[in-house]
Amino acid sequence: MRSNFLMKKRLYSGGILLVLVLLAFGAASMTEFSLAKCFSSIPKAIVWSLGNFYPVADSFAKLPDILAKLQETLLISIASASVAAIFALVFALIGSRVTKINNFLATLSRLIANIFRNIDVSIWALVLLFSFGQSSLTGYFALFVASFGFLTRAFMETIDEVGADTVEALRATGANFFSIVFQAVIPMSVSQLISWVLFMIETNIRAATLVGILTGSGIGFVFDLYYKKMDYHSASLVVLSIVLSILLIEQISNYVRRVML
Amino acid sequence: MTTLLQFKNVSKQYGNSTVALSDVNFSVNEGELVSIIGPSGAGKSTLLRCINRLIDATSGEIIFDGADMLKINKKHDLRALRTKIGMIFQNYNLVERLSVFENVLHGRLGYKSALVGALGLYNENEKKQAIKIIQSLGLNEQVYKRCDQLSGGQKQRVGIARALVQEPRVLLADEPIASLDPNSSKVIMDHLKNICTTLGITVLVNLHQLDVALNYSDRIIGISGGRVVYDGLPANLTDEDIRRIYGSDPEALNLIIQKPKEVAQKI
Repeated sequence: MRSNFLMKKRLYSGGILLVLVLLAFGAASMTEFSLAKCFSSIPKAIVWSLGNFYPVADSFAKLPDILAKLQETLLISIASASVAAIFALVFALIGSRVTKINNFLATLSRLIANIFRNIDVSIWALVLLFSFGQSSLTGYFALFVASFGFLTRAFMETIDEVGADTVEALRATGANFFSIVFQAVIPMSVSQLISWVLFMIETNIRAATLVGILTGSGIGFVFDLYYKKMDYHSASLVVLSIVLSILLIEQISNYVRRVML
Repeated sequence: MTTLLQFKNVSKQYGNSTVALSDVNFSVNEGELVSIIGPSGAGKSTLLRCINRLIDATSGEIIFDGADMLKINKKHDLRALRTKIGMIFQNYNLVERLSVFENVLHGRLGYKSALVGALGLYNENEKKQAIKIIQSLGLNEQVYKRCDQLSGGQKQRVGIARALVQEPRVLLADEPIASLDPNSSKVIMDHLKNICTTLGITVLVNLHQLDVALNYSDRIIGISGGRVVYDGLPANLTDEDIRRIYGSDPEALNLIIQKPKEVAQKI
């Protein structure tokens, strides 16, 4: 009986693996994708990068311009994540199992958050492009909407996780909703909430580059511009500055997390 | 002796099939320490939570201090009554990142308006009272420590302090010693007994430990499958009663009863 049970499980796992392999081969043959060709082109790409994709003295003349755009992008990322966090906290409190006011509002709040979260930031950028045109505002809204969806979900789960017991205790003392939120839920979860906001800022900076290409603003736009002008040296400087700023921001947010916890 | 709390035909159903409490009747006098015993899942926690409406009973009447808890519809009235009912929990349910002092003051939140409560503003009297209660529970040195630095026994004492600062008429204790070692358990039960005798606060305590229930309570209520199957003095609890509550022979439970009372041997 026992060996039969294990045998069944093995067959089942084997079946899933087989399906996955078939899917991969099917998709590859339909798109004429060849793994061998893919790997064999890597050395060529490296050679090209080494030959073209590095900053030269000329491109450094454009540095002030790049840095100004980089600053704009960083600030937009931080602003969108932090403003989204405020809205997300309200929606998370309404949507969380432990702090919900009633089932209808909770479901509504979850539904809104899910819609915003499941649509990718690049889709938002394209949609908003129609309404706001090519400007930093479009980028800001795209990042804001995507951050809002993600943070609401993350906050909701954090509150669900840490809050249930203390919320019950404070409800038992007769405390009202606002007292419970500010005296128990927020103190319990604040470090995790801030951690999520920091993560969102990092994610936004990465996404801002792509959003910038789409919406014609910020650092993404500059990169696109140089790249299309085939000024690869300047484009590489843009990439370098993005990488450096991401590393820097990550260091800062790690430091903040350490101090806070 | 006056009756403080009365259950009349109280039932609680979850969904259509799960019956947590069925037709529960008992009353508790002012100043009594009553233990509620029974196997896991018998409905002990549900019963306690029905009193302060953390869980709403399906039918029946729960008369507390002259008012039917189940008939209260306004949130404001419910909160006012909850201030009169202190509660302590198996997992202490403290805000671990805050200090002992702040956690104890949380017991006053029921008396505050939304804004004052949200800002956590307490007056001098409340602070003095909180400190006094903290000291009476032997936590002088922990007043400004964060709760996550305390031991289990200390945390439970903070939980008791939070309930006492409410100035309650009754204290509900949901498995207060289930996560504690024997020494801390004794300290907590001694405090509960003391609260009952010196402050005159009625205490209702859910317990898993039959010996503790026999030693500390004025009265025992035995619950099995959502029904009250025993309601009487600890001294009158017979082997037959124990069998009815736990569904197994007292001999099998000998591990729990270290000093079998003469009553238990009577039959």
